[in-house]
Amino acid sequence: MRFSGFRVVKEALTGHHGWKPLWRTPAPQASYDYIIVGGGGHGLATAYHLAKVFKGKRIAVLEKGWLGSGNIGRNTTIIRSNYLLPGNEPFYEFSMKLWENMEQEFNFNAMVSQRGILNLIHTDAQRDAYRRRGNAMLLAGADAELLDRDGVRAMYPWLNYDNARFPIKGGLLQRRAGTARHDGVAWGYARGADLLGVDIIQNCEVTGFRIENGRVQGVDTSRGYIGAKKVGVAVAGSSGRVMAMAGMRLPIESHVLQAFVSEGLKPVVDGVITFGAGHFYVSQSDKGGLVFGGDIDGYNSYAQRGNLPVIEEVAEGGLALMPAIGRARLLRAWGGIMDMSMDGSPIIDRTPVDGLYLNAGWCYGGFKATPASGYAFAHLLATDTPHPTAAAYRLDRFNRGYVIDEKGMGAQPNLH
Amino acid sequence: MLIPHPLLGPRDAQEFTYLGDASLLNRPDGLADTAPEAFNDYVYLRDNPAGLHRELWFHEQGDRSWLIVTRNTVTHEILGAELARDVALAAMGGAQ
Repeated sequence: MRFSGFRVVKEALTGHHGWKPLWRTPAPQASYDYIIVGGGGHGLATAYHLAKVFKGKRIAVLEKGWLGSGNIGRNTTIIRSNYLLPGNEPFYEFSMKLWENMEQEFNFNAMVSQRGILNLIHTDAQRDAYRRRGNAMLLAGADAELLDRDGVRAMYPWLNYDNARFPIKGGLLQRRAGTARHDGVAWGYARGADLLGVDIIQNCEVTGFRIENGRVQGVDTSRGYIGAKKVGVAVAGSSGRVMAMAGMRLPIESHVLQAFVSEGLKPVVDGVITFGAGHFYVSQSDKGGLVFGGDIDGYNSYAQRGNLPVIEEVAEGGLALMPAIGRARLLRAWGGIMDMSMDGSPIIDRTPVDGLYLNAGWCYGGFKATPASGYAFAHLLATDTPHPTAAAYRLDRFNRGYVIDEKGMGAQPNLH
Repeated sequence: MLIPHPLLGPRDAQEFTYLGDASLLNRPDGLADTAPEAFNDYVYLRDNPAGLHRELWFHEQGDRSWLIVTRNTVTHEILGAELARDVALAAMGGAQ
């Protein structure tokens, strides 16, 4: 079933009876060549690229709950490639390029909208840092523009430019960044993978790994044992719990990050604005709600909900930047569980167990990485070598001293 | 979240800053032959449990004591708090 404008018109005229489920619900087979644990964005993107690019056969995705019930359905949908360090920036730019072609590739409307992201500047030092970051982005093939105060004012005339503590002095703009429909991404990859023969098995919780002579043989699940030649784990948020079943401790703490949406408003924020100094960022959904967030709560949590002080703090940051939204009401708040790694950067690597691979540690930035994470993880699963853009994301980099610490915070996950 | 401070009674968690797993009290011996590996585990690896978690909180906007708080990471329920100093001294078999 292909989607097209013609198809939409035809279904509209014939009572929408022709739409079919987007993927099958197969029973698990006795064994597979590849098992991907985790049916979120990264797991589904991995299965899709494994089947499509690397021609893998007999692939299954095992999901504990329903498809896309984790962080792919709980994020603030921002896509961007505005990183600094050489271990990160080429990877995120690769991801950005995949976003740009994603909908045509898997024939599904993921509502990718390149509406631009603006990082605000408040001091000379910050301008220097952002100029350096912009240059790093340009070197990696991304786009970046440094705006002065008037340049920012032309885009968003109603921001508070003369805040006593954080006056706006300019901004770093990436025009190709933007937002995407988070569920659409999961559904698009699921449908694409299913069409290529991948078995997507929901309500199937992995309860253990069978490991013999240092090699993985398969996984025990709530629906019985399933054998596998290779197992890839992409369960960010719960990586520590899952890998503990394979006897591993990870350089990761699980933390809760909250996000918020206001009632629907007339169009006011046509891009993404980040106010890093105030721990606040915002975009506006196509329905009109302001989608915004701030920092993680800062303590270990698996609760998928946060506490009120952080809500207050984020709202204060928002009001400092945008006094005009003072009377907008908060519609919803929710929390997602982050794999906060020790250097703020992810892990895509083999593990000490042969045939067991790990994709983890995405902190609060996993959504933008979804396509490249899937591509790079599929590359690793299929070829046993890291994808060139993800070669720095090694599990042992902490031990070797090759951390990728964008914020320079050290081994303190709640500060990244 | 309210943290039951052993000296000051229930205090808002906002008065505290969070460090992490209470195992950070058990600093490895820097002179041992196995120090590099032991410090890698100490600095970077975590149990990260879903459920009861013993963790270090610093009463920064209070009496500036370090506490070990026992908290459920699934429900955010706090089950108790003790002075980290007492725990560390007891572990060393020292003054109580």
